[in-house]
Amino acid sequence: MLKIMSGAVAVLLLSAVAAPAQNAKLNDAQIAHIAYTAGDIDVKAGELALQKSKDKAVRDFATSMVNDHKAVNDKALALLKKLNVTPQDNDTSKALAKQAADKRVELSKLSGAAFDKAYAANEVAFHKTVNGALETTLIPSASNGELKELLQTGLKLFQGHQQHAEHVVAGLK
Amino acid sequence: MRADHLLPAFVVGLSIWCMPTAQAADVIRITIDKVTFAPAAVSARVGDTIEWVNDDFVAHTATARNKDWDLNILPHKTGRLTLTKSGTFDYYCRYHPQMKGQLTVAE
Repeated sequence: MLKIMSGAVAVLLLSAVAAPAQNAKLNDAQIAHIAYTAGDIDVKAGELALQKSKDKAVRDFATSMVNDHKAVNDKALALLKKLNVTPQDNDTSKALAKQAADKRVELSKLSGAAFDKAYAANEVAFHKTVNGALETTLIPSASNGELKELLQTGLKLFQGHQQHAEHVVAGLK
Repeated sequence: MRADHLLPAFVVGLSIWCMPTAQAADVIRITIDKVTFAPAAVSARVGDTIEWVNDDFVAHTATARNKDWDLNILPHKTGRLTLTKSGTFDYYCRYHPQMKGQLTVAE
């Protein structure tokens, strides 16, 4: 079930950003909105994990997610303000946000080891999806150099998150 | 006969002049920038201090794989470690494990 859900989001995210839609290429305002939404999703997931989990590895990971994604989003907002760009909502952001809200409902029904495993597994899947989108679409499509650079640093951080999540999953087996 | 009196003083003077000075401990700086340790490989001696300067806007760690040391370095802060053991130490960042470095520490 979890795999199917994450796979659906991956397909939706990649097709929405990669396939020519009625507006063709994404603009910077939309790219920023998608990146910001993804970060905000992971902050919320991390906060849920800090409410629920008693496992040190999971808690350390969740803390890192909350701190890192807040920091990247703060940088993104500051940059957008400087560039006088308003983040633009779009179908991809909406789909991401909806799927994440559903996932949070699902996770909030779990507790103990079941929660820990499901949270960690979802974090691996989520970061894989977002990193793929950043690499293949969001970064190449970004026009503004500073936005591109921030997304590139973000990608490095999030690749680290994916590895960190994989370590957590391995430790919970 | 006067030379005999002078000889010990001469020998002592010569020894002091030739005595090697103690090796001063160094501070060796490693920068963390854009999710990378630079330089990745560093040589040092026991007694030296390693300074990790975190130029990123997120926290990183410098964590020895053998678990000897584990520094948490907040954004725009510096972490310091005085080396007490010789050997080769691989380390990484626990939050971003693709970040890797190595310390080679001589006696």
